[in-house]
Amino acid sequence: MTMIFGIPIQALLGQLLVGLINGSFYAMLSLGLAVIFGLLRIINFAHGALYMLGAFIGYLLLVHLGIGYWPALILVPLAVGVFGMAVERAALSRLYRLDPLYGLLFTFGMALVIEGVFRFYYGVSGNPYAVPSLLAGGTNLGFMFLPNYRGWVVVASLIVCIGTWLLIEKTRLGSYLRAATENPELVQAFGVNVPLLLTLTYGLGAALAGLAGILAAPVYQVSPLMGSDLIIVVFAVVVIGGMGSILGAIVTGYMLGLAEGLTKVFYPEASNLVVFVIMAIVLLLRPAGLFGRDA
Amino acid sequence: MSELTLQDERTAASVRLERALVALCIVALIAAPFFVYPIFIMKMLCFALFACAFNLLLGYTGLLSFGHATFFGGAAYFCAYAVKAWGWPPEAGILLGMGGAAVLGLVMGFFAIRRQGIYFAMITLALAQMFYFFCVQAPFTEGEDGIQGVPRGTLFGILDLNVAMNMYYVVLAIFLIGVFAIWRIVNSPFGMILRSIRENENRAISLGYSVGRYKLAAFVMSAALAGLAGATKAIVFQFATLTDVTWQMSGEVILMNLLGGIGTMAGPAVGAGLVVGLENTLATSGFPVTIATGLIFMICVLIFRRGIVGELYARWLAPAEAGGERDKG
Repeated sequence: MTMIFGIPIQALLGQLLVGLINGSFYAMLSLGLAVIFGLLRIINFAHGALYMLGAFIGYLLLVHLGIGYWPALILVPLAVGVFGMAVERAALSRLYRLDPLYGLLFTFGMALVIEGVFRFYYGVSGNPYAVPSLLAGGTNLGFMFLPNYRGWVVVASLIVCIGTWLLIEKTRLGSYLRAATENPELVQAFGVNVPLLLTLTYGLGAALAGLAGILAAPVYQVSPLMGSDLIIVVFAVVVIGGMGSILGAIVTGYMLGLAEGLTKVFYPEASNLVVFVIMAIVLLLRPAGLFGRDA
Repeated sequence: MSELTLQDERTAASVRLERALVALCIVALIAAPFFVYPIFIMKMLCFALFACAFNLLLGYTGLLSFGHATFFGGAAYFCAYAVKAWGWPPEAGILLGMGGAAVLGLVMGFFAIRRQGIYFAMITLALAQMFYFFCVQAPFTEGEDGIQGVPRGTLFGILDLNVAMNMYYVVLAIFLIGVFAIWRIVNSPFGMILRSIRENENRAISLGYSVGRYKLAAFVMSAALAGLAGATKAIVFQFATLTDVTWQMSGEVILMNLLGGIGTMAGPAVGAGLVVGLENTLATSGFPVTIATGLIFMICVLIFRRGIVGELYARWLAPAEAGGERDKG
């Protein structure tokens, strides 16, 4: 068996794959957070809850309506996105003129309610969600065995991240969005419906979280707690990357997933802590974050 | 905002009314254990002190920490461990908890004050989660079980804390000393500088204050006082568990402040009493506590940002201050 630094190469690659999977979810979630923050100036604490909501809607569609994975991949982001837009219209839009901290506190309350409702009805235990038959099984890559679904998650998250980046950087809608981030009053004066843009942006961010949720359902168990544990790590990722750039959020997400995977190989006890340690180091050396512009 | 001028403008009548209210509250607290279950009031007092310590940072310095559970729960662990494993007397255990919380506050504050606003909140949250994972894995916290069966001991070798009434009056004394300390800090020249940082950080810098140091000092004081509350709670309930270091606990103390009134002296204590009371009521009703706290959070942020005491102030005690809503962090 081939060894690297006294570690079997299979174990190393296996953990790196797990890290890459985790990194895919970090990337998708921190991307959504960055998109929402860019325009709304709100840190969406409910992002983890929306991710959990996505996984649960997928699970409930399967159990109660017999709707499988592939249709759910479309339906779930739509449902979570519409839910997000309703929340934005009803509540968040009233908080824009206040200190951004109020947005954080409101979405924190929202996260507690969503999580509490699902805990009340479904308990804290995980519900398994079967891998779709098309992606069942695995492929032998010669040097390691790759479960097909995990490969799909990495590919799908890359498509989602690059797609969102292109949407924001290369389309007309994206240019409105970027302009509104810089100067909302001016963009409004040019006849762009900025309040609608804000609603759509929160909807887009929520849909991204929902999509991440349904992608995660077959990998992790569908549980009411799956979001709150993740969101704090994603916050650390956001602090490390800085929220100045969309691309930065994506890259940092993957990098930290991999760093976590590597730590699991060499020093498993610290794998929970490594993201936070990296955050502390980045704060010492580059307080604005790796890709951040604001001090 | 107007709070800096509040001291001079307040009428003699409202000062008299305030003093009378404070005296009334102290008398009520002294008499309370004869009418209400003492353990319940002790729990309220511990959380009230925790909430007031938090307010020193949020209300008077304008820093929203999402990691105060670290100091509350951390101090509980230190105190419980010293008293149980090393056989320290309770007063030494509480002081150790407080000192430990201050050290944790120094470390967390050192990193967190490098960023402002929501980043500050996210950094404190992340560091607190790191401390939580540390507590899950470290052997001295005894994992999921927590440190159980902590002896209450005898205070200064004379006062037996196993007697419920003795314990109650010790907790009341600690609460009053803690709140008095916060009141003194807030109304000292140091406290005025903290308020100026809250109102306009750049102006405080241009006036020549090393804002970072003041923020860090406020953070450490707030952490130490939160630790005092946590360590006292460990002695009262005779255990220290993971519950007190979770992010939910950090959220709870924010809710207490929001509900009672951020930046008011009495607000956090009122909020703490209501939240603890509500949790006690819900515990027997079967309605999930998280849903209730989440809903109160949302309602407070949307329509009730001044909190209960803040509203009372704005309406009756100081009508001239109406509009003193704290919209800037």
